[in-house]
Amino acid sequence: MSVQTHIPATAMASRPAAGIHGTKMVARDVKVFYGAKQALKGINLEIQENRVMALIGPSGCGKSTFLRCLNRMNDTIENCRVEGLIALDGEDVYGKNIDAVQLRARVGMVFQKPNPFPKSIYDNIAYGPRIHGIASHRDEMDEIVQTSLQRAGLWNEVKDRLREPGTGLSGGQQQRLCIARAIAVSPEVILMDEPCSALDPIATAHIEELIDELRENYTIVIVTHNMQQAARVSQKTAFFHLGDMVECDDTEEIFTNPRDERTQGYITGRYG
Amino acid sequence: MSVAVTKSRYQSEEFSARLRRRYAAERRFRIAGMLAVGIASLMLVVLLGSIVSKGYTAFWQAQIRLEVTLDKQQVEERNYTAIVRQALYAQVPAATDRATRRSLNDLLSSGAPYELEAMVNANPSIVGTTQTVWVRADDEIDQFMKGFIRRDVPESERRLSDVKITAIDALVANGSIRSTFNTTLFTAGDSREPEQAGILGAVVGSALTLVVTMLLSVPIGIAAAVYLEEFAPKNRWTDLIEVNINNLAAVPSIIFGLLGLAVFLGFFGLPRSAPLVGGLVMALMTLPVIIIASRVALKAVPPSIREAALGVGASPLQTVTHHVLPLALPGILTGTIIGMARALGETAPLLMIGMVAFIVDIPGGLTDSATAMPVQIYMWADSPERAFTERTSAAILILLAFLILMNGLAVFLRKKFERRW
Repeated sequence: MSVQTHIPATAMASRPAAGIHGTKMVARDVKVFYGAKQALKGINLEIQENRVMALIGPSGCGKSTFLRCLNRMNDTIENCRVEGLIALDGEDVYGKNIDAVQLRARVGMVFQKPNPFPKSIYDNIAYGPRIHGIASHRDEMDEIVQTSLQRAGLWNEVKDRLREPGTGLSGGQQQRLCIARAIAVSPEVILMDEPCSALDPIATAHIEELIDELRENYTIVIVTHNMQQAARVSQKTAFFHLGDMVECDDTEEIFTNPRDERTQGYITGRYG
Repeated sequence: MSVAVTKSRYQSEEFSARLRRRYAAERRFRIAGMLAVGIASLMLVVLLGSIVSKGYTAFWQAQIRLEVTLDKQQVEERNYTAIVRQALYAQVPAATDRATRRSLNDLLSSGAPYELEAMVNANPSIVGTTQTVWVRADDEIDQFMKGFIRRDVPESERRLSDVKITAIDALVANGSIRSTFNTTLFTAGDSREPEQAGILGAVVGSALTLVVTMLLSVPIGIAAAVYLEEFAPKNRWTDLIEVNINNLAAVPSIIFGLLGLAVFLGFFGLPRSAPLVGGLVMALMTLPVIIIASRVALKAVPPSIREAALGVGASPLQTVTHHVLPLALPGILTGTIIGMARALGETAPLLMIGMVAFIVDIPGGLTDSATAMPVQIYMWADSPERAFTERTSAAILILLAFLILMNGLAVFLRKKFERRW
């Protein structure tokens, strides 16, 4: 994997003066290739701290690919090559100073399909803290498990059956379990790849509320196919199309007053 | 007035004919399937029936009661043969002349004096007393008692003379012959005399061989599978390795025997007929099976589990050891045990490295000479005595019992560790 290590000076300023929301992550001219096929054609994006950024766009436009670059999940894909710069707090995530494992502890991820480990609910949450050595004894671990489940809004439903398998929960509960698992390691950024696409409207509403609450403590990037969802949960929205980032602005702006006609076409449902 | 109903194409005569043909095809397929299952079960029943019906008699053995007087002088001279014979003559008072008595000598197993000697050595205080002992009868007497030697054929075509039959009748009349469970079959090594031959030497040989096979092929096989499946880059070299592993699984086992002969015996100079070498050869043979089964099991673990683990910051090795491997374990175990079962039943490679030998002693270590169960079966099947025929079938039954045990273990472990998600 070859990475351009030249970091532009503007990207290094991790907390510019723009309001209270500093820049958490920066992407500069990010290009991704799967073998000979180019999936991303130079993405420039800034992700602000403690805000929700929604990535929207038609299928195959590269939003998930971009999301997976942010915590280097693409490393696991054969033939995948990333060019350009992605910085977390001004540090190149593909650089020498950041290890992929360390990065993924700081940038957590929730996947499209709920994927709890086939272990108990407790162990699902405790796994991350355990491998990172976050809790030094049992009480501390119990505390982490409880707060994580509480923040994910799952505690009241599962507090009496923490020893039961996480795979026995309903789809929506499983997804909240996965969110609890992600926040148990106290990441700085949480990436969500269509977290509600496998869920019913009630479970979706649950997760959306949760995302809004999590914004207080975490920076969130969410990929979604559901325009209403993007409008409901995000403050910033980026529209992707055929490997390009067409437009990125305040969510309200994008949905009421898009500048690009492709964006307008997509949000009004003319294609996608 | 009737309303003209336009029939759809799915209500036409032609369509229902087509539907009938479809169902007929399904019925034919079901019948063919049931026939196939029926034929397979019938063959299994015939096979098992033939082995059991030939082999079950081997689990019983005729014994003759003797009232032995352990004369002190004879014991000191270790002349147990004389002691045994005198006791036997006393059981058959009708036999008085030399010729008859000589033929009586053949009624007892040639191992009877040694049995008596062992008894005295274990408990020297019985010297000078008279003891009632049951000793094994010769295999021909045993076969006669089981009805395999018939008294209505002319003496010249019979393996047992009239004199012996008369003597046996006399022994039966005074209750001095009994049929007991043949413990020798399970506690002795091989012997030229069927009544003294047992399967234990071969069982121990097989067990030692399998231990070596397992210790080598399981860790190496699983490690190779994990590396190839989870870590190795997908390129020309790994493709080449994969093709080669698949080919190795199809190589006839005798080739592995030849390889073992050339490399382990010829080059490294390891001992001939040793379970160590047998195990090494079997490990080579089992490795591809275990690697392929393990890779299939690893492939079956959903990628979402790997992503979940990587997503919370587990290293690739932690992802494999904490999540992927435990989930793949049932499949790996099944593949491993089936590979082991195959190794247990394998004969050809052992022939090449000298494990087909007449070995009386029960092997005590990895470098002792030994045979294995299938080899023992092969050798007994080759022996002319009628008593070895039934022992061959009995040995097959014992081998089958081990195989069923191992496969049962595979099923049990699979059920125990299998997890749903």
